[in-house]
Amino acid sequence: MATRFLRRASKILSSTNPNPSSPLALGRAFSVASAPIRATLFPGDGIGPEIAESVKTIFREAEVPIEWEEHYVGDQIDPRTQSFLTWESLESVRQNKVGLKGPMATPIGKGHRSLNLTLRKELNLYANVRPCYSLPGYKTRYDDVNLITIRENTEGEYSGLEHQVVRGVVESLKIITRQASLRVAEYAFHYAKTHGRERVSAIHKANIMQKTDGLFLKCCREVAEKYPEITYEEVVIDNCCMMLVKNPALFDVLVMPNLYGDIISDLCAGLIGGLGLTPSCNIGEGGIALAEANLANPTALLLSAVTMLRHLELYDKADRIQDAILNTIAEGKYRTADLGGTATTTDFTKAICDHL
Amino acid sequence: MTPLRRLRPLLKDLVTQKTQIRHVTYMPRPGDGAPRAVTLIPGDGIGPLVTNAVEQVMQVMHAPVYFEKYEVHGDMKRVPEEVIDSIRKNKVCLKGGLKTPVGGGVSSLNVQLRKELDLYASLVHCCNLPGLPTRHENVDIVVIRENTEGEYSGLEHEVVPGVVESLKVITKFCSERVAKYAFEYAYLNNRKKVTAVHKANIMKLADGLFLESCREVATKYPSIKYNEIIVDNCCMQLVSKPEQFDVMVTPNLYGNLVANTAAGIAGGTGVMPGGNVGADTAVFEQGASAGNVGNEKIVEQNKANPIALLLSSAMLLRHLQFPSFADRLETSVKRVIFEGKYRTKDLGGGDCTTQEIVNAVIANLD
Repeated sequence: MATRFLRRASKILSSTNPNPSSPLALGRAFSVASAPIRATLFPGDGIGPEIAESVKTIFREAEVPIEWEEHYVGDQIDPRTQSFLTWESLESVRQNKVGLKGPMATPIGKGHRSLNLTLRKELNLYANVRPCYSLPGYKTRYDDVNLITIRENTEGEYSGLEHQVVRGVVESLKIITRQASLRVAEYAFHYAKTHGRERVSAIHKANIMQKTDGLFLKCCREVAEKYPEITYEEVVIDNCCMMLVKNPALFDVLVMPNLYGDIISDLCAGLIGGLGLTPSCNIGEGGIALAEANLANPTALLLSAVTMLRHLELYDKADRIQDAILNTIAEGKYRTADLGGTATTTDFTKAICDHL
Repeated sequence: MTPLRRLRPLLKDLVTQKTQIRHVTYMPRPGDGAPRAVTLIPGDGIGPLVTNAVEQVMQVMHAPVYFEKYEVHGDMKRVPEEVIDSIRKNKVCLKGGLKTPVGGGVSSLNVQLRKELDLYASLVHCCNLPGLPTRHENVDIVVIRENTEGEYSGLEHEVVPGVVESLKVITKFCSERVAKYAFEYAYLNNRKKVTAVHKANIMKLADGLFLESCREVATKYPSIKYNEIIVDNCCMQLVSKPEQFDVMVTPNLYGNLVANTAAGIAGGTGVMPGGNVGADTAVFEQGASAGNVGNEKIVEQNKANPIALLLSSAMLLRHLQFPSFADRLETSVKRVIFEGKYRTKDLGGGDCTTQEIVNAVIANLD
């Protein structure tokens, strides 16, 4: 009990650091640590390319053995993918199995597939993992946030199946399948086990949506039985929202269907300081991991890149870079605009390199 | 300290606690003082405790309302006909929570009641109570939520074993009337801004229709500012900068989440008043999370928080056009919270029972 508490405490102090001796969730074997690993990079739009340069610079300084393959979003719809992403980009991620993505915006109500949704569907990215930790260098109203949100990423309310029945009446389908729910529940419990987490909470609204969320809960319960050492609980989403804003320390790992996951993970990001400070990672079948930044901001992309390094088991490099980032933010001298400062991306990058 | 400095806290006391600001006199029509019947549904769990609290306070105030009590419990198949008839006759109802079995075969009675009576707008008023410490200041948000359709249509079926579909239905008719109610509320209560919450970048047709209806109604109220926000961004903004929101209008499910989040940042669902309103009837209940009936421990120890329902009954009195009774009740409740001696556990207080709080409220009535 005491060792578990100490482990949790040291985790809070040093952010994510899964036990290096246990195999990581998707068991990738690397022969030589120094052989360059190929990774796909999507700089994204807006200031995306600028901050992607920042990531590349810092990785070069830290001597991380990664070779980047850059891909850009086209301006024509590729018929093979039905969106602006080309088939080649997707094949590249499938081959390299690991990638980093900047923010790519979706225009509202245009009639073509959302870019992020396309990536998710084509690469079968079924789980979105977002660790939320209060950063020691950036003070918000909440100091003790330490939770992970795991969100089902392929179905649910975001299936995109809508139609107009008659004028003025629209139906939208929410689909929950046993297969997808089992998959994400398995990943959630596996993640909890490998990262030493003690509790998994399933968030639902099964008192109203009895069959759909009921099926999701049934799948979670089945998986929970296989992991008796992890406490499992079910929380209705209204209570969850309220408890999160009153006392976020109550939660550990949260597993949820698509829509609730979207809202709750953004809520948790808001608790610690915004999307600019929360890394997130999409896990796909076949061992694919795509780390993404949700905001066009160097910190977001850098922290996501660190998550990617941890997935590749390059823990010491990941720790070095993460400490450098946190120290730079804690110092407060070089902060980008969304953290309340006036520094440019280049200054921020240079400051981090100096801290390495 | 200079004499003026020493006097300042006393002056503050004088203003906030002891003097009651006289509003413009409400001139009633002859006969308005006749007692009105209000249907009362105690409900399950903590429901009977908190509705009893309201009854006691109303009696002491000699408020011109009398309650017609009906027993309804969450495990009944339907709300009894006589209860619905009574509500239709009285036009007003006060209710505690009805427990909904999770994942069972019975549909929620709370939802059933709303659909039967066509209570199409649900309103929660989340604002900071003076004296109650919260992480966020300057919160004064009213969440108006479409109450009859959307994700709560209850239309689910199993396509093949292991695949379940649920229909979310959005109609122009329902979206328009809730948007109209939201703007009318803002207009009548001197609110400056209405924000529509949606997810139209993903659910283009469904939430797109909702937004279209809101935009149309917004053009008819040019003095009220209107803007739109995506629901995940909205939750993020609520926890970091809640002062930017005023009135929010949302479809059914997002309204539930936003109302609970807003209630949480302003002090918790135990203190937020609210109710459901339709063209003919109004049902007042605990603001957010109305289906929450607490756990057995709270019921046994009589430690339920009656503040939310007391404030909702003040809203009920105002709805029935008894403004001075409403003011008296509200002022008294606010004084009790400000003093801080009598608070239940969820407000950070000690082991206070419901009855102690009721006694404190009664003692503080003018």
